[in-house]
Amino acid sequence: MCESNRSVVCRCEDISLEEIRSYIQMGYTDLEELKRLLRISMGRCQGKTCLSIVMRELSMATGKPMSEIMPTTHRPPTVGILLGDLAKGAVE
Amino acid sequence: MKTPDILIVGGGPAGMAAALSAARYGKEVVVIERDPHLGGQLIKQTHMFFGSEKQQASVRGFDIAYKMIQQIEALPNVTVLKSTTVTALYDDGVVTAVNRAGYHKFLPKTMIVATGAFEKSLAFPNNALPGIYGAGAVQTLMNMHGIKPGQSVVMVGAGNIGLIVSYQLMQAGVEVKAIVDAAPSIGGYIVHASKVRRMGVPIYTNYTVKQAHGEKSLEGVTIWKLDEKWQPMPGTEMHYDCDILCVSVGLSPLSELLWQRGCQMAYVPSLGGYVPKANEHHETSIANLFVAGDVSGIEEASSAMVEGYLTGLYCNLRLEVYAEDMAALIADYKSQLHDLRSGPAGDKIREGLAQAKLEEALHVG
Repeated sequence: MCESNRSVVCRCEDISLEEIRSYIQMGYTDLEELKRLLRISMGRCQGKTCLSIVMRELSMATGKPMSEIMPTTHRPPTVGILLGDLAKGAVE
Repeated sequence: MKTPDILIVGGGPAGMAAALSAARYGKEVVVIERDPHLGGQLIKQTHMFFGSEKQQASVRGFDIAYKMIQQIEALPNVTVLKSTTVTALYDDGVVTAVNRAGYHKFLPKTMIVATGAFEKSLAFPNNALPGIYGAGAVQTLMNMHGIKPGQSVVMVGAGNIGLIVSYQLMQAGVEVKAIVDAAPSIGGYIVHASKVRRMGVPIYTNYTVKQAHGEKSLEGVTIWKLDEKWQPMPGTEMHYDCDILCVSVGLSPLSELLWQRGCQMAYVPSLGGYVPKANEHHETSIANLFVAGDVSGIEEASSAMVEGYLTGLYCNLRLEVYAEDMAALIADYKSQLHDLRSGPAGDKIREGLAQAKLEEALHVG
């Protein structure tokens, strides 16, 4: 059952808009900091749900235009890989 | 390690078109598609397309897709890997992918990223309630699996997707209570908006969702009006009972592979956010890495297909294929894109693409 009235921003890590805003108010106005503290953009969807909402919140709070707020670093792999498949090496 | 001449990531409208034209002169082409089938969003489109005859106007989206799939499957020099996801583009040019058979590595001579886009989401109280869907999911349920998602819907977003999906919901027997959009005007084509208005659906511009209601699943939605500074105005609330809320608030380019590879990117709101900088040949700041379709700027399926055809030819040019018909084909596709991007909606796209233009010929390996 849903907790009443939460606005979920990051579905993978279950982080709400209220939590994001309170961290920004505490002074965490850097996306990479928010990522490390709240794990946003580190879940299964890799930021596809939350990032644009969080970037807009940061832009409104800091007055920086969206074009100056970069998304978090994208690293391989894009999806989960079985360690066994990696260990076997590439299929020929 | 496999070394195809042209590797295409994504088998939607842009990727399929790219495959057809990439394979035209006998080059070895590999298409990697995450889904179990080719077609992308095109196979969910039950409406007839606009444009000219060349872009298959008045043909339904899924019929266009099936025709292209048949053409691709008949080509001996195209290998299609379905249910396969590209996991990385590495700095040495190696591309990795994964599927049920395991881990795959490629070192393609040229490559087209045609990964498309993903839906933007919206944060409002109780937005995690069952019954709240993205427009793509509603189309998958209704148009691919024949499942009616509920009895009554409030649609958020009056762009083309919001309007078209509203109409499709009505066709499926779902009552559309209202369409709301935070923007001051309807974003979609007036022909689509008029169609749903004639059927009695109200469209509220300058309105957004205040909150969703429900115990175990969605039971209703409250919307409220926004002032000219996009701030909600208390006292303007309206309530609708509904069991579906469909969110259709725009698309973002699915560019994670391009970020990984270090392509230069530009933030262009009219193209949906961050897009790769690309030159006239749809080539990114990384040599031999090309882009086509929504990943390089959100438009619609017709222009994605034309971009795909064009980019497939540009890869052949890069591979030093010189055929007699090539110049005429390129000129024709360019003029089709020009036509598709004419008019007021096209102005924004053309301005956006100009901002994402890669001027310098810096080609780091």
